[in-house]
Amino acid sequence: MLVFVLRRILQTIPVIFGVTILVFLMIHLIPGDPAQIIAGEAASDAQVQQMRDRLGLNDHLLVQYGRFLGDIMQFDLGNSIRSGNPVSAEIGSRFWVTFELAFFSTLLSIFIGIIAGVISATKRHTFLDTSIMVIALFGLSMPNFWLGLMLIQYFALPPLQWFPVSGWGSIEHMVLPVITLGTAGAAIIARMTRSSMLEVINQDYIRTARAKGVKEQIVTYKHALRNALIPVVTVVGLQFGTLLGGTVLTETVFSINGLGRLVIDSINARDFPIVQGTVLVIALLFVLVNFLVDISYRFLNKRIELD
Amino acid sequence: MAETSVKTQQAETKPPSPQLENMKKVYKKLKKNKTAMVGGILILFFIIVSIIGPVLTPFDPDAQDYTNRLASPNADNWFGTDHHGRDIFTRIIHGTSITLYIGFSSVLLGSVAGTVIGIVSGYYGKKIDAILMRSMDVLLAFPGILLALAIVSILGGSLQNVIIAVAVFSIPVFARIVRGSTLAVKKLEYVDAVRALGASDFRIIFRHILPNIMSPIIVQATLRMATAILAASGLSFLGLGAQPPTPEWGAILSQGRNYMWDDPHYALFPGLAIVVVVLAFNLFGDGLRDALDPKTKG
Amino acid sequence: MEPSSNIIEVNDLRTSFFTEEAEVKAVDGVSFSVPSGKTLGIVGESGSGKSITSLSIMRLIQEPGQIVGGEINFKSDNLLDKSESEMRRIRGNEISMIFQEPMTSLNPVFTVGDQISEAYRIHQGLSKKQALQKSLEMLELVGIPSPKDRLKRYPHELSGGMRQRVMIAIALACKPELLIADEPTTALDVTIQAQILRLINNLQDELGMSVVLITHDLGVVAETCDYVAVMYAGKIVEYADVQTLFESPKHPYTVGLLSSLPRHDIDQEELQVIKGMVPSPTNMPEGCRFAPRCPFATDLCKEQLPTLDDLEDGNQVRCWVYSDKWDGDPEVNVKDDYGTATSS
Repeated sequence: MLVFVLRRILQTIPVIFGVTILVFLMIHLIPGDPAQIIAGEAASDAQVQQMRDRLGLNDHLLVQYGRFLGDIMQFDLGNSIRSGNPVSAEIGSRFWVTFELAFFSTLLSIFIGIIAGVISATKRHTFLDTSIMVIALFGLSMPNFWLGLMLIQYFALPPLQWFPVSGWGSIEHMVLPVITLGTAGAAIIARMTRSSMLEVINQDYIRTARAKGVKEQIVTYKHALRNALIPVVTVVGLQFGTLLGGTVLTETVFSINGLGRLVIDSINARDFPIVQGTVLVIALLFVLVNFLVDISYRFLNKRIELD
Repeated sequence: MAETSVKTQQAETKPPSPQLENMKKVYKKLKKNKTAMVGGILILFFIIVSIIGPVLTPFDPDAQDYTNRLASPNADNWFGTDHHGRDIFTRIIHGTSITLYIGFSSVLLGSVAGTVIGIVSGYYGKKIDAILMRSMDVLLAFPGILLALAIVSILGGSLQNVIIAVAVFSIPVFARIVRGSTLAVKKLEYVDAVRALGASDFRIIFRHILPNIMSPIIVQATLRMATAILAASGLSFLGLGAQPPTPEWGAILSQGRNYMWDDPHYALFPGLAIVVVVLAFNLFGDGLRDALDPKTKG
Repeated sequence: MEPSSNIIEVNDLRTSFFTEEAEVKAVDGVSFSVPSGKTLGIVGESGSGKSITSLSIMRLIQEPGQIVGGEINFKSDNLLDKSESEMRRIRGNEISMIFQEPMTSLNPVFTVGDQISEAYRIHQGLSKKQALQKSLEMLELVGIPSPKDRLKRYPHELSGGMRQRVMIAIALACKPELLIADEPTTALDVTIQAQILRLINNLQDELGMSVVLITHDLGVVAETCDYVAVMYAGKIVEYADVQTLFESPKHPYTVGLLSSLPRHDIDQEELQVIKGMVPSPTNMPEGCRFAPRCPFATDLCKEQLPTLDDLEDGNQVRCWVYSDKWDGDPEVNVKDDYGTATSS
């Protein structure tokens, strides 16, 4: 186990470097003169020159990357071009909003997804199973920004007006965005749980449990589900990452001041340090989540692997 | 007696190609799978609409009519009109080809690049494999549409850049699958035998490995169409993709958003169009996977 | 209880699997009984329906399978009339079962102790602590070394033989009156096979239970069983006490099975193997199901299915040779002539 963790860490290090290189290069991959583009078309030559100095674009690429990496180590992601504030502060003030949104959406997907998947598997080939799977497929096929708009249309606008149209903070604010962001994940987890359950339910140890006189519900929820959930763990991890990325659209729809909107606003304002910083933070967070998921999967799976 | 001998002779001179036989089997299975058929028919429907739809629609997708702004769905304007008085139904029909074009070209780009990387990685192994796969891990570290978003933010928002962004975002997925399949095929004995006969790497890859790994690539490409269309419409919705007045569905939706209070039809229909086309590819992809890979039967 | 009374009587049991195309009759009118305290062996090749028979007794047939007819009288109650919850009280309590695959028959995510305890907690309503104490006693009984430590182990930490002992511990936890053992030793090493069989035999004496032993291995039958039912293609073809079966087998299939066994008491030039294959259940022969492989088969055999008839010694056989209608050589002796009949 320890060997596995160490090997996994060794595998992760080059990925982290790769991510920093890619994020660093973002600004250099801009077609044309990045300083000119960031400063704006109307900027004078002097202003462009000033921008170039400010971004340190005159130095050798390696020097620039070294500086970039050094700054990251000290949690310094540069300053926003628009506001002049440190990028880390801008991100810090919005991070928890996005984290909450992604976290609760993940919880919702796990909860709904597992219940739906188990019901589907235990009632397989019935009308209920087919209905759940069709709904799941719809959930998977819906653009979440459209789902969000429709939820606003029918539950936040008159006549119902059950929830606020936008913003974040109270539970009422959270309901629609969390449903919006969690639906696709719930669909994926439901499908995964179903197929995993169907595989497990045919295992010999399920027959053993039945032969012991165990009630069918307990066979399903104790003996089968515990085994079936192990592969679902990987999906949940991936899902959390996808949600982090997906918050961009949800936050835009519900005007939530999280990282997603920060990215979009900054892209529109050509505030590249912020775009870079946010993308970097989200990617690193995703790498971390994947790392933890791999390790827990390995840990859970150890008992199952036949030696 | 004579008949049978003729038959056997035919069989000897012209053995039925195993791939053709396989395709027939797959088609048979696919035909049995109702959901896959629904998906396939829907895809066909969208393709037909994208080709002949624009000819049949009674309106010009760009014709503005300020006397008929934001009309609710009615007998003339089935899906209503937008804030410029344009017929939304017509615009959605015209947008079909854009959606399919973005989906198809980005998946094609992504799958070709991913397949090359995957085969090289799986076939040559060792250092090349390690480097390529770690690079794919780096790309995969940008979750969801974040990678596409980053690329579009660099290149600027346009239809073409959306295609590139979505293609790049598909590369690692294909690369991983192809690498896995390549490794499996490479292990087969006959590949060793062919190599012993002096076949070049190029020939082995194209004649022996590629045909054997087509199934997972096709399945993934179909499912990826769904993801690509979702991602591309998302980028357009954010204003980073196709720009108005292009009748791209995500872009229409993005404008409809401003009129939700009084005119819910404006945002409803382009979204429904996206749902149905994505659903079609998901249905067909699922069915294809069941037909091509009996192992993962649910 | 009188020694002659039967713990279980199966009458005309029929279990089918319903596929899109057809009804597959996996068990097709099987009848047998097990005298109290005795061991019945059910012998047959794979696909003969012997495992389905045992699962039918437990009422553990899963979709698309279904018990379509017959009676299973256990202590004078028909199990097929019981509700699911009544059946649950019987399973693992009065009738227990152990399976062929010890490697996969234990749940990988629960400890050995948990899995044995569960039986006590369900059927005897014991507390967790009491159940674990009882489980410990069971592990000692089935001869697992350092049982206290093993209680906390997960299945993947035990060897195949140890896992099968755990399975036996689970099955015998509530001291059942009937144990059904479905190929309990097939997946194990030869040396461990003997240990497990001896363990089952000893525990049978100790607990006074009856056993149904499902196997394809006649050697196992000879060592452990009192009575034998030979199954072929969903039907019983011969039923006899073990001594009679080995000394004077009646059915050509039984003779064939016996002659494919290596023997030490006589010189054998070569082992006989029954030619052909078990017929597919979707394509059963019209007459006797063994006719296509039987060296003695006549037109009668190919056209009409023989019944399972009682013989003078109380044993039963399903073969036209022993009936008045027999149209072949009246002097035929299935056991003695089998070798010459197959080689010709």
